[in-house]
Amino acid sequence: MAEILFWPALLLYGEAAVGYLGDARRPGRAGRVATWGVRLGWLAQTALLGAQAVRDDGFPWGTWASSLGLFVWFVVSAYLIWGCRRPYRLLGLAVMPLAAALLVVAHLGGGTGVGGASHYSNLFLVLHVGLVLAAFAGFTLAAALSALYVWQERWLKTRPGTILRRQVPALATLDALAFRAVAWSLPLLTLGIAVGLVRLVVQDDRLDALIAATAATWLVWCAYLALRVLAGWAGRRAAYVALAGFALVVVVRLALPATHFA
Amino acid sequence: MRLVLVGTSHHHAPVELRERVALEREEAQELAGRLATGGREAVCLSTCNRTELYLAADEAEAAEQDAVAALAALEPEVEPALYRLHDRAAAHHLFRVAAGLDSLVPGEGEILGQVRVAHELGTTGPLLDRVFRQALHAGRKVRAQTAIGESPASVSSAAAALAEQVFGSLAGRTILLLGAGKVSEQSARNLRSRGAEIALVADSKTGRDRIVEQLAAVDVVIASTNAPGLVLDAAVVGEALRRRRGRQLLLVDLAVPRDLDAAIGALDGCYLYDIDDLEEIVAETLSGRRREAERAEGLVAAEAAKFHEWQASLDIVPAIASLRALAEEIRAAELRKADGLLGRLDESQRRAVEAVTAQIVNKLLHLPTVRMKQAAAAADGVIYAEAVRHLFGLGEDER
Repeated sequence: MAEILFWPALLLYGEAAVGYLGDARRPGRAGRVATWGVRLGWLAQTALLGAQAVRDDGFPWGTWASSLGLFVWFVVSAYLIWGCRRPYRLLGLAVMPLAAALLVVAHLGGGTGVGGASHYSNLFLVLHVGLVLAAFAGFTLAAALSALYVWQERWLKTRPGTILRRQVPALATLDALAFRAVAWSLPLLTLGIAVGLVRLVVQDDRLDALIAATAATWLVWCAYLALRVLAGWAGRRAAYVALAGFALVVVVRLALPATHFA
Repeated sequence: MRLVLVGTSHHHAPVELRERVALEREEAQELAGRLATGGREAVCLSTCNRTELYLAADEAEAAEQDAVAALAALEPEVEPALYRLHDRAAAHHLFRVAAGLDSLVPGEGEILGQVRVAHELGTTGPLLDRVFRQALHAGRKVRAQTAIGESPASVSSAAAALAEQVFGSLAGRTILLLGAGKVSEQSARNLRSRGAEIALVADSKTGRDRIVEQLAAVDVVIASTNAPGLVLDAAVVGEALRRRRGRQLLLVDLAVPRDLDAAIGALDGCYLYDIDDLEEIVAETLSGRRREAERAEGLVAAEAAKFHEWQASLDIVPAIASLRALAEEIRAAELRKADGLLGRLDESQRRAVEAVTAQIVNKLLHLPTVRMKQAAAAADGVIYAEAVRHLFGLGEDER
């Protein structure tokens, strides 16, 4: 019965995606309605995840599809921290269509059901999946902020007369927030990988392609932080590195069913 | 009590005339005090764009004549340029002024402070106090509920808004001034008011190395020299950029002919805006302000209607109060007459009789009270008040 919560979550995320599109064309009411869509949709999805956690036998997000649902929840949660503020509504245009689409994919893959049984239940795995997904959500947000940075930077370069009409975060703010999102997410990924490696050693499993791709992702985000902190990189160059890191996050997510869950 | 407004503004008088009737704060206070005799109230609002006298008086025509005479005494030629408004129209005008809708630049915020000061310096009573408080409320409401004051209305404020678009908060950001023209000074002042600091004011004697050193460190460059050619080329800025490591640099060229090489705009991390760009931004934001002004007019009109209702109720309130006092007097007298019968009742029964009779009176008077207030708002208040006084013989004892 609790599966029905998927529909309000999807509808509200979808409404938010459409609302942000309307807000981009004509800022105002559409943006406010979209923000409420995010809040209420997040509540509906939280309730769905809660029902999954209570009813499932073991760790409820151990499949590719259900972990995708959890990933969407992390992304929307991270977005909610800033997304309610007016200047960040444009960010919703990048985040919410993605969230709605991924939630549909999770549903089609059977990841939004309640009451299933999972063969993954140990604490190591709970930490591994939870930390890696939280980190990936943070990287997704950092990438969205970086994409907004690149778009806004190009817009500023074109010197339009309408430059002040649209309320968007300042370039320096986007840059700083992307850095902060990565600075919070990288330790989570590091811990998540460490937990996974422990399990790998304990169970005497073999390395697979996904582990290699995750390690590459970790290296790119390490490079992002190192370039920013040690070499003083900022602005567009840093944004491109963040987008490259996000491309690897996408690869890892896509590779997941063919490797870990194969 | 009637509300009277006599004044002139940039819509009616050229600056040569306005400046002759413009008053300093002390003068405005003194004039208001002088006009507020014989139970009148007076406020003088004087800015660079308007001088207006607001009076509250029982005799509107006499008050208007005195206000005209007071302004004509400052400058006789101003009389044909004076407007005269009464009651609702006068209040509506004041609300528009406070909201910045009557200003040269729609939505400018300075006028709200000027209206507040005029109110404080005026000789006010119940009417002017009410209308000015409501005007300040209307002004704040318009600024809070519309975007009329959000966008810049001058080249200097556009430059500051652009800097905020790039850097967010300007606290701790630094500015390099190339030349020190009037507009660049205004822009620098605008940036400083938002927390930025001037790092260097460079002139023709400042060496190239020093300029490069500053370009590597500052966040905003404002150029407005009188030089006949370019002051800064892309090579110099490119040299500084290598030390900036991707940090953004906003360059604002206010000079004609231009000081900054247009090729700078193509460099990574540089945002170059010239005077034409800024003027285009200002034109766009002003058209946005005009669009918002339409919404603001609706808010102001609603406030004016509220004031009108309140003012109209002033005519009817004494009649309502007299009617209720008469009814209460009759009720109390009739209860006293029946004291012989009621004396046999115990305390709780007596209280019940008191409550029932009071309720009957209240219910009987409720609808006439509501109708009289409605009539007052519809401008029939005085007629209704007179009718009630006549029908119930209110105030006849005093007469």
